[in-house]
Amino acid sequence: MKRGGVAALAVLLTGPAQADERRSGFDYMGPETQLMQTDDMANPGMLAVQAGMRLWQETAGDAERSCESCHGDAEKSMRGVAARYPAYDATAQSAVDVAGRVNLCRTRHQGAEPLPQEDADLLALVSLIGLQSRGLPVMPDPDPQMSQWRSRGADLFDRRMGQLNLSCAQCHDDNAGGHLGSAPIPQAHPTGYPIYRLEWQEMGSLQRRLRGCLSGVRSDPWPYGSDAYVAIEAYLMQRAAGMPMETPAVRP
Amino acid sequence: MWAGLVLASALTAGGALAQGLPEPLPALPGDPVRGRAIVEDRQTGLCLLCHSGPFPDVPFQGDLGPDLTGVGARLDPAELRLRMVDSRAINGDTIMPPYFSRDGLNRVGDRWTGETILDAQQIEDVIAFLATLTQEESE
Ligand code: HEC
Ligand code: HEC
Ligand code: HEC
Repeated sequence: MKRGGVAALAVLLTGPAQADERRSGFDYMGPETQLMQTDDMANPGMLAVQAGMRLWQETAGDAERSCESCHGDAEKSMRGVAARYPAYDATAQSAVDVAGRVNLCRTRHQGAEPLPQEDADLLALVSLIGLQSRGLPVMPDPDPQMSQWRSRGADLFDRRMGQLNLSCAQCHDDNAGGHLGSAPIPQAHPTGYPIYRLEWQEMGSLQRRLRGCLSGVRSDPWPYGSDAYVAIEAYLMQRAAGMPMETPAVRP
Repeated sequence: MWAGLVLASALTAGGALAQGLPEPLPALPGDPVRGRAIVEDRQTGLCLLCHSGPFPDVPFQGDLGPDLTGVGARLDPAELRLRMVDSRAINGDTIMPPYFSRDGLNRVGDRWTGETILDAQQIEDVIAFLATLTQEESE
């Protein structure tokens, strides 16, 4: 029953089964970068996952609890979680992405300070959680409260911004597959985050990736953690519903 | 402000969409050598992020807009000027940035607030350069 509902939602969000023209950013990469992602021995994101596994077992904060002490084995308890995020948190009355959720657990349940966005430990935990959805289809959170977040994200995606006056959609819907200078324009699917980006030489979040596109059109990125990012993330996940998760992905 | 006025008059001239801006912007006559440098520069002109053209020294040209080869034969300086000042006058959905208009922009970064992408002199330089691109590709 529950499963059926979720499957029906996925159909609703992706439309009827036609030829799916959605392609992951993976498909636009050269074979060497693809191999770096698919070979766990070569994928630098797996180092972040290992660090995440250590942190999962470490106690933190006044409560002296580890993630493991409440959630047990991450491979079991975190399976499919990242494929459903951002999700609605009724207490915070807000959509939260996986990083936001980890920080809620730190403050609510561990009596610890939230980790700063892009902190290596936070990225490591989010990568560990993301890996537990690798290969699973994106299944957006069915909470009805999420629809307003997605529609806000869709509005932002379609709105021209910055001195160059371009919307996300003009590049990622209308011109995907084209080339901006040397860079192929991907369809902007969020399925691989956190990613190891060759240009950064380190792991980074989807929010960091979005900031790059905002600066690119000569707009000012919103501060890390802003609702605007979570709204765009929620919209992008709906747009990618049914596509397989790839965390930790590698990108050029 | 000024750019906005010029554009408005271009849009209403003859009751239909005017195809060009015949009056040069207030600047010294355009210099095609400086114009080429602006077009080829990734930070200043940004043109080759989207366009390709007869620029053998520039690797990785974009393919989102038409090839600029022969554009000086296809379009006269007035037509080039209108496209440079604000391509939205030709195509409301254009992805070509408005190089000399601040009309209707949203969330412009602090560093760029109140500034156009190129100034009047740079626009005239680019037009002077594009006007020299009269050769069709010789193969
Ligand atoms: C001028 C075109 C352009 C605009 C406008 C733009 N992007 Fe991008 N975006 C790119 C390019 C090019 C890349 C790939 C960069 C690379 O490989 O270096 C990219 C990458 C991405 C990715 C990463 C996809 C992946 O496979 O990992 C996401 C997500 C994304 N953009 C979202 C957005 C959003 C959201 C907006 C609007 C706020 C936006 N972009 C605006 C050109 C653009
Ligand atoms: C004291 C128990 C406790 C600890 C410690 C704890 N959590 Fe949680 N976690 C919860 C509870 C309870 C929830 C359900 C949401 C809520 O009530 O906050 C949750 C929810 C989650 C979720 C969302 C699961 C879903 O299906 O939506 C994730 C992800 C998560 N925790 C990760 C972590 C991580 C990572 C740590 C360690 C940094 C951690 N948690 C530490 C109790 C805990
Ligand atoms: C973000 C992409 C983009 C950038 C940057 C850009 N253009 Fe364009 N340009 C286009 C597109 C797309 C067209 C096709 C007409 C349209 O859709 O408005 C075009 C059309 C033109 C035309 C008309 C060509 C014809 O054959 O009709 C000229 C001339 C031109 N651009 C010159 C430039 C110059 C010079 C620059 C840099 C100062 C530049 N463009 C920057 C995308 C771009």
